[in-house]
Amino acid sequence: MTDVTSMKDGLVADIAAADTLEALEALRVSALGKSGAVTALLKTLGGMSPEERQQQGPAIHDLRESVTSAIAARKAALEAAVLDARLASETLDMTLPVDLPPQGSVHPVSQVMDELAEIFADLGFAVATGPEIEDDWRNFTALNIPETHPARAMHDTFYFGDNARATGGDGNPAAMLLRTHTSPVQIRTMTSAPPPIRIIAPGRVYRSDSDATHTPMFHQIEGLVIDKGIHLGHLKWTLETFLKAFFEREDIVLRLRPSYFPFTEPSVEVDVGYTIEKGQRVIGGSGDAENGGWMEVLGSGMVHPNVIRNCGLDPDEWQGFAFGTGVDRLAMLKYGMNDLRAFFDGDLRWLRHYGFSALDVPTLSGGVGA
Amino acid sequence: MKFTLSWLKEHLDTSATLEEILRALNDIGLEVEGVENPAEKLNGFRIARVLTAAPHPQADKLQVLSVDAGDGPMQVVCGAPNARAGLVGVFGMPGATVPANGMVLRVAAIRGVESNGMMCSTRELELGEDHEGIIELPEDAPVGETFADYAHLDDPVIEVSITPNRQDCMGVRGIARDLAAKGLGALRPLDEVVAQLPQVSEQGAGPDVRTDDPEGCPAFYARAVRGVTNGASPEWLQRRLKAIGQKPISALVDITNFIMIGLGRPLHVYDMASLDGGLVARKAKAGEQVLALNGKTYTLAEGMTVIADASAVHDIGGIMGGEHSGAQDTTTDVLIECAYFTPESIARTGQALGLTSDARQRFERGVDPAFLDEGLDIATRLVLALCGGTATEVTRAGTPPAEKRVIQGYRPEMVDALAGMSVGADRQQSILAALGFAMEGGDSWKITVPTWRRDIHGTADIVEEVVRIEGLDKVPSAPLPRTPGVARPTATPLQLVERRARRAAAARGLNEAINWSFISENEAAPFGGGDWTLANPISEDMKVMRPTLLAGLLSAARRNADRGASSIRLFEIGRRYFRADDGSSDERLTLGILMAGEKNPRGWQSGKAQGFDAFDIKAEVIALLTAAGAPAARLQMMGEAGDAYHPGQSGTLRLGPKNVLAAYGVLHPRLARAFDLDGTVVAAEIHLDAIPLPKKAGFMRTPYAPPALQAVTRDFAFLVPQELEAEALVRAVRGADKTAIVDARLFDLFAGQGVPDGQKSLAVEVTLQPGEKSFTDEELKAIADRVVAAAAKQGATLRG
Repeated sequence: MTDVTSMKDGLVADIAAADTLEALEALRVSALGKSGAVTALLKTLGGMSPEERQQQGPAIHDLRESVTSAIAARKAALEAAVLDARLASETLDMTLPVDLPPQGSVHPVSQVMDELAEIFADLGFAVATGPEIEDDWRNFTALNIPETHPARAMHDTFYFGDNARATGGDGNPAAMLLRTHTSPVQIRTMTSAPPPIRIIAPGRVYRSDSDATHTPMFHQIEGLVIDKGIHLGHLKWTLETFLKAFFEREDIVLRLRPSYFPFTEPSVEVDVGYTIEKGQRVIGGSGDAENGGWMEVLGSGMVHPNVIRNCGLDPDEWQGFAFGTGVDRLAMLKYGMNDLRAFFDGDLRWLRHYGFSALDVPTLSGGVGA
Repeated sequence: MKFTLSWLKEHLDTSATLEEILRALNDIGLEVEGVENPAEKLNGFRIARVLTAAPHPQADKLQVLSVDAGDGPMQVVCGAPNARAGLVGVFGMPGATVPANGMVLRVAAIRGVESNGMMCSTRELELGEDHEGIIELPEDAPVGETFADYAHLDDPVIEVSITPNRQDCMGVRGIARDLAAKGLGALRPLDEVVAQLPQVSEQGAGPDVRTDDPEGCPAFYARAVRGVTNGASPEWLQRRLKAIGQKPISALVDITNFIMIGLGRPLHVYDMASLDGGLVARKAKAGEQVLALNGKTYTLAEGMTVIADASAVHDIGGIMGGEHSGAQDTTTDVLIECAYFTPESIARTGQALGLTSDARQRFERGVDPAFLDEGLDIATRLVLALCGGTATEVTRAGTPPAEKRVIQGYRPEMVDALAGMSVGADRQQSILAALGFAMEGGDSWKITVPTWRRDIHGTADIVEEVVRIEGLDKVPSAPLPRTPGVARPTATPLQLVERRARRAAAARGLNEAINWSFISENEAAPFGGGDWTLANPISEDMKVMRPTLLAGLLSAARRNADRGASSIRLFEIGRRYFRADDGSSDERLTLGILMAGEKNPRGWQSGKAQGFDAFDIKAEVIALLTAAGAPAARLQMMGEAGDAYHPGQSGTLRLGPKNVLAAYGVLHPRLARAFDLDGTVVAAEIHLDAIPLPKKAGFMRTPYAPPALQAVTRDFAFLVPQELEAEALVRAVRGADKTAIVDARLFDLFAGQGVPDGQKSLAVEVTLQPGEKSFTDEELKAIADRVVAAAAKQGATLRG
């Protein structure tokens, strides 16, 4: 009895003292191996009488189990120490830089066009398009601007030569030009599908004008509603709603001024109030406030009966409003760029600074501004 | 259009303040562009008398003056040659700012002598060009008085922008009428305004004038005034004209400008001594020339309306007078022309000659056709008043189109319908009456339009007049009714393709640029030139509508490279412009990509910086096509990317032989060099409009359950002829067993040791998907045999 107990104490102490996996393995073989001390003791059980076995058996089995579990525990501890040592040797300087994928960007004009499409989608406006190389009829005549109209002089038009004439929207040969506004899309829309109509038409437009604040190519967005019973009040509400949503401000104040566009009657120019905050012009508030002013942002009006008639519709039955504004300008007002020319320069530094992440998709739930 | 407050008040009897007037102008559609009071910039300038003048001790050209500006003698150093004792001039007090240069006057020593303020020249006060000497005022000018008051400069100058439809407001009187209608006072009767002028007593027959061009000049009225004395016009008239930036010329010319600006009625005066007989309005003959008052000679085209005598053309009718028959200081007999020129004809002639003038601006918008007699009468009375002489009778050749336009069927409730605001019938009546309209009828009005309102044609125009005067601020905001029914997408499928392509490109690290739609002829040449060339380009660099997006991207890349950018990844989404068979515009939505410089910068892990290669751009193209919704698995890789690319490192992706979805590759070195770009440049154009749009049948997907058994892979290495395209082998392998093989992927390419000359080794991993049961060894062997057989048809042999 005491032999077995002292053997157990001795083995367990040896196991606990084993300092390598190899030493532990040697101890295991010497105790539990085929000719090990514990194995030998276990073998003696077979030759014992039942009484002897009953008396000595439990101590011998306890010896085996204690040794086995002591080896397992020691092995786990030694393995953990080995792993720790290996991991300690694998330490890296985690402050070393990694290569990130290049940062792409969406141009502010594209972003603002997406924002506008989202805002107007909520009001039921579909996005319409038309060619940028237009015929004279759709760009001018159908919009109530006959050839000798002084308003044509207001548009510095790029023309293609006489050998580039094509059939105009009225079926007659027409001079071809670069559209001076997005308004010909009104004509294309009204002549292609019956009312009611609610569209916006964003796109490139061209005027032969180049200085610090004008570029020969820029972007406009046109809006058109043709329905029954539409009046100036609806136009006012639509523009208020649009500008509030766009600038994400409740305090947008509009000032409507009578103006003149050949294709609208009455014609309304729209100013938006701004305030000077920390030396910067911020859209919002009344322009009549002490630190405020008015800025022209939109041209609009009720679609001229002649235009409706030119598109084959009856102006006594259908009426509506149209508006147009500069997309580049809206982008500048919202995001604070001050140089229009930089929009078309492709300077990567500018594009990265003023551009938008691919994931900044304007949504109504997430906010249309980024 | 500029005018002064005092000029306005000559026609408008009002007690309104300047503020109220400016606000009202904006409110009624006469947009205020600016307002300036010349007196404000002349603060601190007073009338002063030079008491003594002595030579400066240190400088020959300077004098030391003692000046009295009302507060006793002050010492001033002055360099003006005309400075002398007794001179009365304008003195800038210390602290005043000189308008011409912004300099603040101080007490200072000039060459050792103290000087307080400055005696000023006309130019220094921005009152004229004269800088020869200091201003000399009359002896009796009140010393000490503020100069601005003395010179009547305390008169705000207002500039308004007149829209092209409002010719009537191209005269001060028209603006006064609009303001009166707005409620800012009363329009003074014209008789009252000109009451102090002498009446005309006609003596003798009118001058010999006629019109042979009733189309361009339907009415030519004229009168002669004989025995006039021309010369500088009086102070009040010069002041008026100067205040609004018109240069006084002589009394006769100034009178015509005064009437043009005051009453919107252009006139012309001829020195009768320089005329050869009578005057006729006629169509020009091609090639006729006229030296105009601006000093330029214009060659006329057939049909332009001119005023001529027996020997020469004297006037480009209604646009600009001729130099040698204009009124001179020596003129004694003057012919005053008051004609009506047809707006369309004026516009055509003005556009053709590229000539604008105050007269053209008014005639082409259409002057009041009923104001010829009165205009001529007032002009005559002014000539008599300022230049003397005796007037003849009026010769009236032709008839102006002065019949009054009538609008039928106007109903006051049209204001509600079109503007959404209510304005009572009485109020509408008074607004329209104040603007010169005449109304008859009860529920439905017959409205007679005043002759000066050429822009009013229909009921919508009447509504605008009412709304304009009543105030747009009274239009209530009314919610646009929501469209009934389920909200549908408002973007077209192509617009969605564009959006996805744009966001995907940005997500892949490309920066979106927007480049000009027009490029130079040189830039277009390598792309087959452009179909559309501008007749009036802004410059040669912006002449041809681009047939490619690459030219703009290349230019942008070069600008970036010039600025030191090391890695350039740009894209643009825009149109390429072609001409359809019927001559109309064929505009194709395209995504252009350009990458140049470093793909990866040098790094501690990756080593040296790497450039882009042909496969980088191929990867972009396939990724973006897939993102845009193109069926990636069905794309065929073919050649013929075009001359812009490296002939051996470029390709196209197509759906069928005709439908090219993209062209891409390494840019031809010649093209890259033409844009001063070094190193390898890769580029692509994706034809977004060629991507087949999805036919959306609903939201349901085709049914699918992932297979129960795992897919297995087998590798095959083949020896193939060097020229065999990898895609041909992979496609053959993939097609060897359409049920079992779900994918085939090339994973190794090798040529060199162990591979015979003229051949290469291609290794393909084939993925096999078992159905209900696992493949048996026999089945796998059979599939492998089919793969080898299919590859053999491409000239491939299994590598041992």
